[in-house]
Amino acid sequence: MSTLAERAVARTPSRLALRFGGMSDRAIAWLFITPSVLLLLAINIFPLLWTIQLSFTNYRANRPNAPIRYVGLDNYRDILTDPDVWHAMQATAHFVLWSIALELILGFGLALLINRRFRGHSFWTTIILLPMMLSPAVVGNFWTFLLQPQVGLFNSAIALLTGIDPSSFQMIGDIRLAPWSIIMVDTWMWTPYVMLICLAGLRSIPDYIYEAAEVDRASPLRQFWSVTLPMVMPFLMLAILFRAIENFKMFDMVNLLTSGGPGSTTEVASITLKREAFEKWRTGYSSALAIILFVTVFGAANIYVKALNRVKQR
Amino acid sequence: MPVTARSVAEPSRWSKTSASFIVATYAIVAILPLLWIFLTGFKTPPDSIAYPPKILFEPSVEGYVNLFTTRSRQTPEFLASLPAPQTWYERLVRSRNMVIGGPSKVVPRFVNSMVIGFGSTFLAVCFGTMAAYAFSRFRVPLADDLLFFILSTRMMPPIAVAIPIYLMFRQLGLTDTKLGMILLYTAVNVSLAVWLLKGFMDEIPREYEEAAMVDGYTRLQAFFKVVLPQATTGIAATAIFCLIFAWNEYAFAVLLTSGDAQTMPPFIPFIIGEGGQDWPAVAAATTLFFIPILCFTILLRRHLLRGITFGAVRK
Repeated sequence: MSTLAERAVARTPSRLALRFGGMSDRAIAWLFITPSVLLLLAINIFPLLWTIQLSFTNYRANRPNAPIRYVGLDNYRDILTDPDVWHAMQATAHFVLWSIALELILGFGLALLINRRFRGHSFWTTIILLPMMLSPAVVGNFWTFLLQPQVGLFNSAIALLTGIDPSSFQMIGDIRLAPWSIIMVDTWMWTPYVMLICLAGLRSIPDYIYEAAEVDRASPLRQFWSVTLPMVMPFLMLAILFRAIENFKMFDMVNLLTSGGPGSTTEVASITLKREAFEKWRTGYSSALAIILFVTVFGAANIYVKALNRVKQR
Repeated sequence: MPVTARSVAEPSRWSKTSASFIVATYAIVAILPLLWIFLTGFKTPPDSIAYPPKILFEPSVEGYVNLFTTRSRQTPEFLASLPAPQTWYERLVRSRNMVIGGPSKVVPRFVNSMVIGFGSTFLAVCFGTMAAYAFSRFRVPLADDLLFFILSTRMMPPIAVAIPIYLMFRQLGLTDTKLGMILLYTAVNVSLAVWLLKGFMDEIPREYEEAAMVDGYTRLQAFFKVVLPQATTGIAATAIFCLIFAWNEYAFAVLLTSGDAQTMPPFIPFIIGEGGQDWPAVAAATTLFFIPILCFTILLRRHLLRGITFGAVRK
């Protein structure tokens, strides 16, 4: 217990505090914002500008002393006419669309079930949430073990369920199955994410709307289409936005699970970028690719957010 | 009218039971890979790659011993000439016809993960709290644009950022240093911290500070003595999210570090035994690496949603 005098002293503004405290709110606002903005300028914006500049050159980071030549828009032209880049974009689109579709179906389904608030639902929810908190890289690395033919757990589990030979298929080594193995691992990891957001959406719907619907004798299916779905829609769209941005940038899990292979079947955009930038050391070319990717994400996200706001207003 | 009428607002017993069954089944299937990782950590290398996969096995700590040591295989004659092993782990390694060469790099890598994680979290939360307070309480010109700018830095693919950062760090001598990684992770985390903490600050009534200022507090004192204590939960939750990000991050770590500052995620895939990855040791490392995250997830349960959506969804 402190004495009254001590508390009084503690409450009296110190000299130093008074001198700083004399600052206007405006000064404090700027003082408080500056460190964050400076840091972001130094570590995000300056590098971005540098990337833009590099994208017009033939610079190679492994030859720092070679003369730098400005090549204008050549890098951009090369990228947009490069079939490998288009292949990577297709692989990315395949990965993003399917993983999001599966995560939405599973996540929304689980959220609907959990929202029935059965006994123990919060325990099971916590269990389901675990995969999404883990490091995608470490998870990707371990899934290479789980997906090994014969000794892997996955092939054995499939063999147990369907009766086919566990060594008759290779999830990672087969060009038809490899794209699905990255989708599967991503779905395993991120379904909880979609589920959690959907759950928040479902819980935001007040009970009286359903009660009113029941008074009007709306069937459960009708209630789902006319009440649940429209009210959860903004949440679903938000989940899609976050998952789409994250999966478009996807690097760590895929790099460790398949590293783009076999061949280039699972070579998503970030893997191509890494190969060009840090294996072939075509810094100028890869900078241009980085800018194209960034503009794509940024533009698509902006358009999407506008659509999202329109749905919210409805 | 069927009896299922009040199904959504007040589920029937049957629908609850069936839901619990399906959800529990999903949860068990989803958790199996993690359980398998945990179990593999206690297998011997031959058991870990047995066909068919072994569910029942004799537990062994060989994976953990292999994780923390470097070993070399020796001829029986050489082993016979050595003095008898002193410790249980030496005996274990000797029984595999090997000799311990020294400690492996796992401890320094783990320390790196901790130093970089805590360092960047501390800085990001400090900067983030200040900026969030300013955005929450003052009329900042172009506030929405600034906030969007802060968020948009997260839309860059990490590899795209890594190209100029790599060149920049090379110029500044920050390649493969903890300081460089701390600064980089702070910059990435600051956007999350600002957005999350702004949400938490918005929820603290302004009246508290105003009352304190009427009592003679300056604005800064009100911030330190009234707002910060109120925001403790939010700051703690934000800190955990930043820590998890830095702990799990791989792309920057693998491209910008190779030795002195390497963290666990790029290190774990390179835990190699004889003939490829030493899976029990990898599983042991993975288990040790996951445990802190599992604890944090349970601690964070209530704020999880906010954290993963940048504060866009609050419960």
